Amino acid sequence: MKEFWRNFARNRGAVVGLAILLGVLALALLAPLLYPGSPWDMAGMPFAPPGEMGMLLGTDSLGRDVAAGIAHGARVSLLVGAVSTVVALVIGVSLGAFAGYLGGWADDVVMRFTEFFQTIPSFVLAILLVAIFTPTIGSIVFAIAVVSWPPVARVVRAEFLSLRSREFVQASEVLGKSRLSIVFGDILPNALSPIVVLASLMVASAILLESALSFLGLGDPNMMSWGFLIGSGRSVIRIAWWMSVFPGIAIFLTVLSLNLVGEGLSDALNPRLTRNRGGKA
Amino acid sequence: MTRLLTVENLTVALPAGADRPHAVEDLSLHLDAGEILCVVGESGSGKSITANTVMGLLPKGLPVTAGRITFEGEEILGLSAEALRSRRGRRMAMVFQEPMTALNPLMKVGDQIAEALQVHGQGHAARARVPELLAAVNLPDPAAIARMHPFRLSGGQRQRVMIAMALALEPALLIADEPTTALDVTTQMQILRLIREIQSRKGMGVMFITHDFGVVAEIADRVAVMQHGRIVEQGPASEILNAPRHPYTRALIAAVPHGAAAARAAIRPAPVLEMKGVQKTYQRGGWFGARATVRAIHDADFTLNKGETLGLVGESGSGKSTLARCVVRLVEPEQGEILFHGTDLRPLSRQGWLPYRRRIQMVFQDPYASLNPRRKVGEAIMEGPITHGVPRAEALARARELLRLVRLDESALERYPHEFSGGQRQRIGLARALAMQPELLIADEPVSALDVSVQAQVLELLAEIRQRLGLTMLFITHDLRVAAQICDRIAVMRRGAIVELGATDQVFGAPKHEYTRALLDSIPGREWTPPELSESA
Repeated sequence: MKEFWRNFARNRGAVVGLAILLGVLALALLAPLLYPGSPWDMAGMPFAPPGEMGMLLGTDSLGRDVAAGIAHGARVSLLVGAVSTVVALVIGVSLGAFAGYLGGWADDVVMRFTEFFQTIPSFVLAILLVAIFTPTIGSIVFAIAVVSWPPVARVVRAEFLSLRSREFVQASEVLGKSRLSIVFGDILPNALSPIVVLASLMVASAILLESALSFLGLGDPNMMSWGFLIGSGRSVIRIAWWMSVFPGIAIFLTVLSLNLVGEGLSDALNPRLTRNRGGKA
Repeated sequence: MTRLLTVENLTVALPAGADRPHAVEDLSLHLDAGEILCVVGESGSGKSITANTVMGLLPKGLPVTAGRITFEGEEILGLSAEALRSRRGRRMAMVFQEPMTALNPLMKVGDQIAEALQVHGQGHAARARVPELLAAVNLPDPAAIARMHPFRLSGGQRQRVMIAMALALEPALLIADEPTTALDVTTQMQILRLIREIQSRKGMGVMFITHDFGVVAEIADRVAVMQHGRIVEQGPASEILNAPRHPYTRALIAAVPHGAAAARAAIRPAPVLEMKGVQKTYQRGGWFGARATVRAIHDADFTLNKGETLGLVGESGSGKSTLARCVVRLVEPEQGEILFHGTDLRPLSRQGWLPYRRRIQMVFQDPYASLNPRRKVGEAIMEGPITHGVPRAEALARARELLRLVRLDESALERYPHEFSGGQRQRIGLARALAMQPELLIADEPVSALDVSVQAQVLELLAEIRQRLGLTMLFITHDLRVAAQICDRIAVMRRGAIVELGATDQVFGAPKHEYTRALLDSIPGREWTPPELSESA
């Protein structure tokens, strides 16, 4: 664990990313305390520029506080990002493990199924799913999960394929352990590093997907989200730039931080690669 | 004799935090023209570092802190990279251990050799000389081989190409870093003879690095023995091999399997395992390409009696591992019967197999790959019995007892595999198999990844445990000396079939099949019998 932190901290960007991410997380957790009441309520006069009338980041066309919207939106964005990633991981890991461990025709069936999903542009599929199931937070999470599991399945399958023929797995086989306990006890723990790295990047892309859906008006109408803020500010961007810019910066920083953390994790979990990279530089 | 190379008081530092301060410490040796010097030592003794220092190929992290290297009367340690480069290849050349990766896979073999010539300004003659060079390393049809890409050549052929490349400019010094370790015995013998022959024809000096005393006996004029970065003993080959003085050399030579078949008690025929007509074929290609079928196992019937150790020997690709894996169903054969106490195991379901998992166990080859890196040693040993319904407390008691049996400390239970050395891990693997209290133990090359002294310990332990627990054992190895030492009977495999099967002394003393004879003739240092050394020196 100690060594893990040392390797992680060696990547400066990753530490910065982690700090930003913790900041966003704190913002999301403290939103009800910082901005009590609903972010949908009017807080001042419409189109107040940042810094005026006690509004830190200004107000929108209906006089709603943009800062409150961003703080509350952080909860939705992070929640959607995390939950949809977990769902995608569950689908992807189970299918990938199944295909990689059993091999043969099972592998063929699962991989053709995965490729079927990969051939459809994921954003179009997500729009379609949300439109069919009516936009609620549940259907958005479901849609994002459905379009983001294929890469997980492929990574897990590749790891399982190579680990399955390792001698320690064969030894477990010879000990007569059940398939389930070999998959979860022996193979999966050794395949975790790439999954963890992939997951951190998936959270970032899920946040982007959710924002894009809300921007198009397919967000949950009861939930304030960053994408909605940008979408509503879009038509008045020439008179009220702050309505789109600040939520945009929030998305940018969060996605950037998640990518930095993902890279840091990748370095920390594959120390050999890091050392090589250091040697070349 | 002219003095070719002198290394005086060489010290190479290791980076801070390594297990010792110097990779090589205060090392002195010399090499005359027309002489073969073998540098012997176990892994990590600094022998490759010595070779790389002479070639000027040390990585940046390992600075030379003291010493002088004189090559052809000229100090070469302080030379510029450019000056060194002009000597490398032209005056001194190197052959590496791994022939499979030492050649550029995208370049034709002939072009690679020609390139070596061009670099040193002999490009005009390159075309004409390549076939000649390939012929000199006894490759058949040199013109055709020059046009091939490396993937079409076998390991032995690639190593010959490497040697041809190294010899292209007729260097005065050839450094060979374990050039035969990755090769099969019969190929190894050919390469050793080739190096010997070329060396005597051209009067080169050869520095030959190896861990195998058999190879030393085969090829060396003089020997330098290394331990922990120092040379502990140095002298003429006959002296070192037959009357070693330093305790470490004595220990190493005592650990060399003597290869003499001991007299054994007769085994009463009480079959534990019978293989009848087992066949396994692999298919490649299909869909659009042509289908290729490889017969991995055919005509490999044998019977294993209670309390007996049967050795399966053969070169890589002979199907010995596949055959062993058929017994424990890591490989599923298409045909035949695998009779264990008269019950055919082949048609059984995964569930039906469970009771037999307890009675048939396996020890694997690679001590670094055969233990789950994320599981503590104690858990690894206990999980088998627990899976089969043994209560945890009893499994723990058994694990403790087994660790004592394989001579490891009880504290090992709470540690992870990476904290142990190769030999210790192999003993943990053995304890894991024994925790199931099996009758039949399958050992797949259990000592081939280990240093010779560790190998001797593990073999001794195996023999002792077999005796004590009355185990029946199927022992797979490519090393005939090891087989002779531990097996009651030997089955020789070639291309998926058993070509000869008989009592160990019979197979070694009066081999019937020509392939067995070829194998036996290829044991390096066959003429040399390790001297009987008393333990206290």
